[in-house]
Order: sequence, then C-alpha cells, then structure tokens
Amino acid sequence: MTAAADTATSAPRQRSHPFGWLVVAIPYAWLAVLFLVPFAIVVKISLSTAAIAQPPYTPVIDIFGGIGAITAAVRQFAIDNYVFLTEDSLYWRSYLQSLEIAVVSTFLTLLVGYPVAYGMARSSRAMRPILLMLVILPFWTSFLIRVYAWIGILKKEGLLNQLLLSIGVIHEPLTILNTNLAVYIGIVYSYLPFMVLPLYAALEKLDDTLLEAAQDLGCPPIKAFWKVTFPLSLPGVVAGCFLVFIPVTGEFVIPDLLGGTDTVMIGKTLWNEFFANRDWPLASAVAVVLLILLVVPIVVFQNQERKQQEKEG
Amino acid sequence: MERRASWFNVTAVALGLAFLYLPIVLVVIFSFNASRLVTVWGGFSTKWYASLLQNEALLDAAWVTLRVALISATAATVLGTLAAIALVRYGNFRGRTLFSGMIYAPLVMPDVITGLSLLLLFVAVGLDRGFWTIVLAHITLSMCYVTVVVQSRLITFDRSVEEAALDLGCPPFRTFFVITLPLIAPAVVAGWMLAFTLSLDDLVIASFTTGPGATTLPMKIYSQVRLGVTPEINAICTILIGLVTVGVTGASIFTKRREVERRRAERMAAANP
Repeated sequence: MTAAADTATSAPRQRSHPFGWLVVAIPYAWLAVLFLVPFAIVVKISLSTAAIAQPPYTPVIDIFGGIGAITAAVRQFAIDNYVFLTEDSLYWRSYLQSLEIAVVSTFLTLLVGYPVAYGMARSSRAMRPILLMLVILPFWTSFLIRVYAWIGILKKEGLLNQLLLSIGVIHEPLTILNTNLAVYIGIVYSYLPFMVLPLYAALEKLDDTLLEAAQDLGCPPIKAFWKVTFPLSLPGVVAGCFLVFIPVTGEFVIPDLLGGTDTVMIGKTLWNEFFANRDWPLASAVAVVLLILLVVPIVVFQNQERKQQEKEG
Repeated sequence: MERRASWFNVTAVALGLAFLYLPIVLVVIFSFNASRLVTVWGGFSTKWYASLLQNEALLDAAWVTLRVALISATAATVLGTLAAIALVRYGNFRGRTLFSGMIYAPLVMPDVITGLSLLLLFVAVGLDRGFWTIVLAHITLSMCYVTVVVQSRLITFDRSVEEAALDLGCPPFRTFFVITLPLIAPAVVAGWMLAFTLSLDDLVIASFTTGPGATTLPMKIYSQVRLGVTPEINAICTILIGLVTVGVTGASIFTKRREVERRRAERMAAANP
C-alpha cells in the first residue's frame, strides 16, 4: 500500500474517535502558549521603557483593564530601545562579531566534521553503529562540562602549554584562553556531533556503484569525490551547517567562559543587559533584532527538515 | 558491497574521536588528583568526592536538577509523542504549517531568546518564578526533540498490524496502547532520555526562568567555574559523565535487544501465517 493511500484510508478512522482531536490540540495549545505568545511579549516589552519597579519596565499592560487600559498603554510605546541599539557601537559590534564567529566556526566545523563522517560512512558495516554511538555519547554529556574541560587545557599554565613546553615546540606559554581562538576551539568541539550526524546520514546512503562507475570510466578518486560524493552529500552539509550556525550566533556559554573581554557576542551582550544592567526592555530589543537576523536561516532550515521528513515518509 | 577502510578514513575517525574524548578523559583523570593545583598531578586521591558529600548547597542543587529533569522529561515525552502522532497521522489539519514550524524552531533557537521570552511570559501572567517555571520551560524545549525522534520512528514502521487491529474492531484508543505504543517504544524511550539530559544540562534557560530558592546544578557549576577550575568541579563532572555513560549505553543495549526480539517475532509470524 502506498503512503498516500495509507493516510487516506486510516486517518479519518482515527479522527472519528470523539477525543481524537485532542492529539493535535494539546501539543498545539502548549506550544502556542509557551512558544508563540512569549515572542509577542518580547516584542511588546522591547517597545517599553526600563523602570525601577517590579516588573522593571513600563507601561505594564493590564489585560483585565479593558480596551481603554490597553490602548492607553500602547500609546506609551516607543522605539527608543531600537534607536539606542543603532547608536551604541557595542551592539553593532556584537551582532557583526556574532555573525562572523558563527560563519567561520560553521565552516571550521564542516572542515573537521566532514572527514570524520566520511570515514565513519566508509567503515565496515559492523563498525558503523559502534562509531555512531561513540560520536553521539559526548553529545549526551553536559555542554557546560565539555566547555569547562577546555579551560584546564587552554589556560596559561594549562595542559596544552605544558605539553608544548616540555617537547620544546615553544619557549613561552601561549595565550589561548580568553581569545577568539579559544572560542573557535570551543564551538567546533561542542557542535561537532551536530555536524557529523547529518553528514553521516547523507554519506551512508550513498550508492557505491556510482563511485565504481566513475572509477571504471577513468575518473581519478579526488575528482570523483568532488563530482559524485560531495554533491550527493549536500543535504547533509546544509542541515549540519544550519544546526551549527543558528544556535552559535546566539551562543552564550562558550564566549563567556572561553572568550576574552574583546569577544563580544550578542548572546553575552543580551545576558549582561538582562542580568547585570537589569534593563529588560533593551534586552528584549536585542533579542528581537537577533531573531530578525535568524528568521531567514530558521525558516529555510524548517523547510529543509520538513521536505526531508516527507521524502522519507 | 563491503566498504574497505583506507588509512585516510581510519585516521580521520581516530583523530575525530580523540578530539571528542580527550577533554572529557582529562576531566575524569584530574578529578582523582590529590593536588589542589588542577593541572599538576599530585598523586591519586578520592578526597574531592568525599568533600562533595559535605557540600550541602551542591547536593541541594543536584536534587532540584534531578526532580526538574524527571518531571519535565516525562511531561515532554507525553506531549512530544502526541505532537509526533499529530504530524504523522493527522494529515493536513488546519494550521499544520504553523504547528510544524513551532516544532522545528525551538531545536535551533538560541537559548538566550527562549529563556528571555519564557521569563517575560511568566512575569506577564504573574506566575511565581522558581522550580515549576523551570519545569514548564524545560518541557517546552525538550518536547520538540521528543517529537522529532518519535516522528522518524512512526514514519518508518509497518502500519499493517495497527490496521488489522482496527479492522477487527479494536477501538483506536486501545489500539494505540496495545499495538502502536509498544512498536514505537524504543523511540519514546530515546526521546525521554534526550529530554532528561537536555534538562539536566541546561544553564541558560534555567537561569532566566528560575526564581529565589531554585538553583540547578548547571547554575551552581557555572558560578563556580567563573571563579576558576577546582578539583571539586572535576569530581561533580565525573559523576555526571559516569551517570550519562551508564544510562545511555544501558538504554541502547535495551533497545537493541528489543529490536532483535521484535525482528525474530516478525520472522516467526511470517513463517507461520
């Protein structure tokens, strides 16, 4: 039976159950209230003004105060926060540096992840599940722990410097921790499984006969890779890059723990605005602009995922 | 065709795995270091583990984290499984595009945005922030991961058994619990574990949504890490790494065994129609 006929015959039957609609309604309502509505609130508060009060912004909309109270509050909305974001160079630099770090580190993660995924996909059938498990396992251990581990390695009296000094490669300890280099290392390390898994999924499906055909026709292996393997693995490359790029742009933990004072990423700026300066409206404005930057990649990623799911279905 | 392992492939995988594991292994090794200097080896000792047991604040945080993770993972698994069924079995219901958008967006949404927006929601509706607001936030985040895991299982499994039960007059509700759920169980278990670890792991969203009195373990670790690397943190991290390793390998052996049993049962059913 084909998939289309399948849904056509049985979907109505399942829906005929008196409570069947709840299967859709419950998660739908949950996500609407806890995922969609909060964004509307962020936008609303980004238009408010910071105040020394509880909650620390004004106006506070009284949703039970009727239309009059709401329109009165709306009249107090101002775009001051957004104007401020364009005036202070800190925010400009944060957004630009976040994008720069995200682009470069996505590329680096692809560079490191591709050979690993390729090697896994080319290994023997018995080895593949074991290797897959080994790549997934670190992903289950705490993100914070994995970032923390690098502090001990990269700091001035850390293990990397000790090793390099003892074998005589360097004579002065290197300063790596609290620089952008440390941030790159931390990102590539933490996000590597996100890159390797979709790449592996694409490479594993690759039909070997295509490569054999290329070989038989006299195509050298490296050319065959660029003409056959790489183009066919593109869905994995795209998925992996999105899975790395989008969250890295808003990353907070890695630049905070491994970066230096000149590493200004937007996630860290937002965090400081919220926790150190307690300026909730400005933090909301920072979040709205970040979301606008990411909305295109997020929508493209979703469409990609949906298409992938439907193709498999 | 069996693929041959070339030296390039073997090196690539070996280097990749070394890169992934070396930092974690070092944390584990240095948690047994007798010296207070974290990077100088001063002999084997388990004293940092003993001092952990004296640390009330840390044990409290661990207990809070564990309860948050258990409750939120369980709720997220129920909601996420429902959402997966909705996406796979309910065809093109109204608002499906928005629904699948809300499922995939949280997977890549930066934590700072999710955390801030949920906090502002809790403040707007006047909810007291603390334990339960972290739970709500974690359910929302991890249910989407559960959906993706369960969805891929629902898409691939053979529906004929389910159809047979329905044709024989088994009510849909019962069919789900007797036929469908056991068949998708490995994915549901995997989804629960993923939700559990996501909750155990989360620093940013919990920091935004918490209130006075509810400090989770990542928040505690984070505030100590900012003061510097200490052997105690290495010890906590080692315990967490150990728990996760045991849990994940245990679960994967369990699901593998079930898979083998299921295949055998299917083969027998096919052989004796």
